[in-house]
Amino acid sequence: MYATRTRRARPEPFALRPGIAERLGLPYMDASLGIAAAGLAAFSVFVLGQATKHDIPGDPSYYLNRQAIYAVLGLVGMYVLARIDYSRFRELRVGIYTFLCVSVALVFVFGFAARGSRRSFELPFFSFQPSELGKLLLVLALAGFVIDGARRGSPRQRTVRYLALGFAPAALVFLQPDLGTSLVYGAITLAVMYVGGVRWTHFAVIGAALAALVALVIVVAPAIGTPVLKEYQQQRLTSFTHPSADPSDAGYQQNQAKIAIGSGEKTGRGDKATQTRLDFVPERHTDFIFAVIGERYGFVGAAFVLSLYALLIWRALRIVTLSKNSYGTLVAGGIAAMLLFQVFVNVGMNLGIMPITGIPLPLMSYGGSSVLATLLAVGVLQSIHMQARLSQKGRFAR
Amino acid sequence: MYRRSDELGPEMNNRLALRIAVFGGFALALFAILFFRLWFLQVLNGEKYLAEANNNRTREYRVSAPRGEILDRNGRIIVANRTSLALQINPRKLPAEEAERRGELAQLAKLIHTTPHRLRKTLHEQLLLAPSAPVTVRRDVGDYLVYYLEENQDRFPGVGVQRVFVRRYPHGTFAAHILGSVNEVNEEQLKEARFRGLQPGDEIGQEGVEDTYDHFLRGRPGIKKIQVDAFGQPTRKGQLVSTPPVPGDNLKLSIDSAVQEAGEAALAARGLPGGFVTMNVHTGEILGLGSSPTFYPSLLTKTLTQAQVDALYRDPVAAPIIDRAIAGLYPTGSTFKLITALAALESGTITPSSVIEDGGSFTVGGQSFQNAGGASYGSLTLVPALQVSSDVFFYTLGYDMWDTGQLQRWAHRLGIARPTGIDIPGAEEGLLPTKQWRDELAAEGLAEERPWSAGDNIQLATGQGDLQTNPLQMAIAYATLANGGTVVTPHVGLEVTDAAGRVLKEFAPKPRRRVSFKQESRDVILEGLHEAAQAPGGTSYAIFGGFPTPVAGKTGTAQRVGHEDQSWYIVLAPYPNPRIVTAVTIEEGGFGAESAAPAALQILEAYFGKHSSGESGPNGGSPG
Repeated sequence: MYATRTRRARPEPFALRPGIAERLGLPYMDASLGIAAAGLAAFSVFVLGQATKHDIPGDPSYYLNRQAIYAVLGLVGMYVLARIDYSRFRELRVGIYTFLCVSVALVFVFGFAARGSRRSFELPFFSFQPSELGKLLLVLALAGFVIDGARRGSPRQRTVRYLALGFAPAALVFLQPDLGTSLVYGAITLAVMYVGGVRWTHFAVIGAALAALVALVIVVAPAIGTPVLKEYQQQRLTSFTHPSADPSDAGYQQNQAKIAIGSGEKTGRGDKATQTRLDFVPERHTDFIFAVIGERYGFVGAAFVLSLYALLIWRALRIVTLSKNSYGTLVAGGIAAMLLFQVFVNVGMNLGIMPITGIPLPLMSYGGSSVLATLLAVGVLQSIHMQARLSQKGRFAR
Repeated sequence: MYRRSDELGPEMNNRLALRIAVFGGFALALFAILFFRLWFLQVLNGEKYLAEANNNRTREYRVSAPRGEILDRNGRIIVANRTSLALQINPRKLPAEEAERRGELAQLAKLIHTTPHRLRKTLHEQLLLAPSAPVTVRRDVGDYLVYYLEENQDRFPGVGVQRVFVRRYPHGTFAAHILGSVNEVNEEQLKEARFRGLQPGDEIGQEGVEDTYDHFLRGRPGIKKIQVDAFGQPTRKGQLVSTPPVPGDNLKLSIDSAVQEAGEAALAARGLPGGFVTMNVHTGEILGLGSSPTFYPSLLTKTLTQAQVDALYRDPVAAPIIDRAIAGLYPTGSTFKLITALAALESGTITPSSVIEDGGSFTVGGQSFQNAGGASYGSLTLVPALQVSSDVFFYTLGYDMWDTGQLQRWAHRLGIARPTGIDIPGAEEGLLPTKQWRDELAAEGLAEERPWSAGDNIQLATGQGDLQTNPLQMAIAYATLANGGTVVTPHVGLEVTDAAGRVLKEFAPKPRRRVSFKQESRDVILEGLHEAAQAPGGTSYAIFGGFPTPVAGKTGTAQRVGHEDQSWYIVLAPYPNPRIVTAVTIEEGGFGAESAAPAALQILEAYFGKHSSGESGPNGGSPG
């Protein structure tokens, strides 16, 4: 598939008739990627509008309005980023990385505490959660460090360096505490290293170490009385193995989500949905929004949404192979992994096959920071795509 | 490794292509898992989850149905209902915080005069039976407590008051041993077929006719189905369906309040433990049945204190809960002579004109048996022997039949030590000593046991020794002789009526069996009993001599080891074609004529006082 770069690219249809589309750069963007992202964001607005009608008394479109604004802002941001050459971020890697760490750390000082965890700044119009944007920043910075350090140090030293670079922000986020997002940081780090060519043997060692760490944290640490995870985190992580009848229990929530999705059957229950309408499923506008889709629109609706995600990730992987330089390859790979990890863990959690980790469903879950960050990441993908097309065009023109 | 920091060489390209291909394959696999799981949940198991979702959102509340009333044969109310306030805890609404919950329960425990430990235990036990259903922790709470809880609702989340039906007994202790009580169905009962469909917390009859006729009395609880949210709060317009409760049907007993009251009063007046039964000899309908000491059935509608439990149940001798009329185990004294006489006549041991010499004592194998009071009556035939209750006469019969088994055979036929089929649970069968029984005991080698001897049969012939029976079995034996051989099934349930009084079902249980004997035997024995009651010189002439209705009655004085003599009296009336039989026994009451016979007289006075026309009572008719 990588061989396409060496083949002569086919002429762009609008290449010889520069018009408004040419000036907007549209021909150089990945239309499928844009449609998938915009479609998901639009569907999210639609679902929230239907499912949260009665949530805020007197304001039936509270979530709908806000999510629509975030989506529009995000799409604008996506376009702006698409027009910028992403390669500049490689030069700014140190600044980006510093900004990432500082912004995530500042939450501890100025952060707004919600449900026992400080994750966001309270701004006049919405609360900004730096760790969400941090996902994209981590991809951009880490890819730069990997390219930059490709010739410095032994392979083992490089691997340790990358791990340390990824670990620092992940640890800060973990301490907020936000276990889910820190896991996303971990997945991004591993993916960038993977695409960046870190040896398979190193991954084997990392995998073994991770398995040991998980065992230590979940089983050994509580047993010897020095728990690393908060009790609710531990409970949520292990609850998908034992459904519970206690409504305040994580296992109960997950079981309810499973019932909600199952009860949607093939075509969904529409407004007759009870599981997600009568509060049996918690967090229905954020972490468990997939359960809402499953119950309301059935297999048809849920499979449609999953297909859009599949399209999104396929296009991201395709862009990995198109990139004009290896920085773009690493960035696209990191973003693809970030999306894949979040979609799989969140949907898996809704379907009862993954633990509850508090990871939102990208573009679908309600929340400005997440929607914005994801659309900006898609913007970076578009930029990589555009730069690749432009460079091909340049070669073609020569 | 990289040729240029920003440009990948062909070698790396291939390796990268492999990595991206693996990445793509991995992504594909993850999506395949998600799609398959989605398919599994929604398409393959959708129906199951839809049912679960519907079950989730609906809550069924049972609206308890009032139980049917219990009436006497004339329609007088014996048991009715009243409404009462019951304190319930809804475990789903209790504070989630452990310490807070404990605090609330501790406060509540104080208000309802129990310990926090006991309250939590009740809660825990009920929750095991029916998770998350409201638990009734106390019935009959006073208004003051209800007001207090309502004013302080925020301090007692999850605590509520519900209106429930409680049994009301307008006549105090009246018929306590017949009625039984009503209480929550227990775990073992829920497994029984007859209680299928009931839920923990539902009430059923426990003991007495409340138990036997529970099916008719119980009624069907109504069901209110409402839609609730995850916190169990009803949603707006959430009423889905509702079926109103169906009240239970009324049960009419064969009990005649006048007879019942007279019997209870007669026992109470003597202040000694005892029992009585008055029964129609043709149908087995019981007109009165009671036991002393008695109790207030209303006690059983509330949670008993330990002291009350002790008083009701613990004392094995004086326990008021025991129904001595059907569960007593006593020798009968001379009232057994009716059976001995019938056995002797029917087995050809004697004829009505056979003469036996009563010299005051009877000696066999060196053992001497005396007449009570040391009397001696000279030459006797059966009728005068019954009239004066000559022991020697019957010792002789017992001796004559000692190894023929005839006495046991006839006692068995007349129902001694056999199930009676009465519709009140808790009856005891008793013991009829036989040769086989005693020989087996002896064979087991128990030191104090010996093989069957003539002395055993001589004892049995006069209702002493190992015999264990009760007033009900004796009444049935007397009724069988009086009615010409029908062993009736005693019963107190008469009919089931609906609220409007229409009869839905009548109870007329078939006789247990028929026994055939010569009409002459019956007549001569009844004549002897009539002479005993109402001819000068008869054993109870002092009591019944002046009674306007002709009767046939027999006294009995049973010797019980460790007790004073037990007084018995069994009377058939009116003579010669009896309609009713009354059997009375009074523990430690002395001679039969001393206490049991006067008690029986009181009962007959009540019965014939009402049916003063005498010959044309409601169940008149000639015996077979």
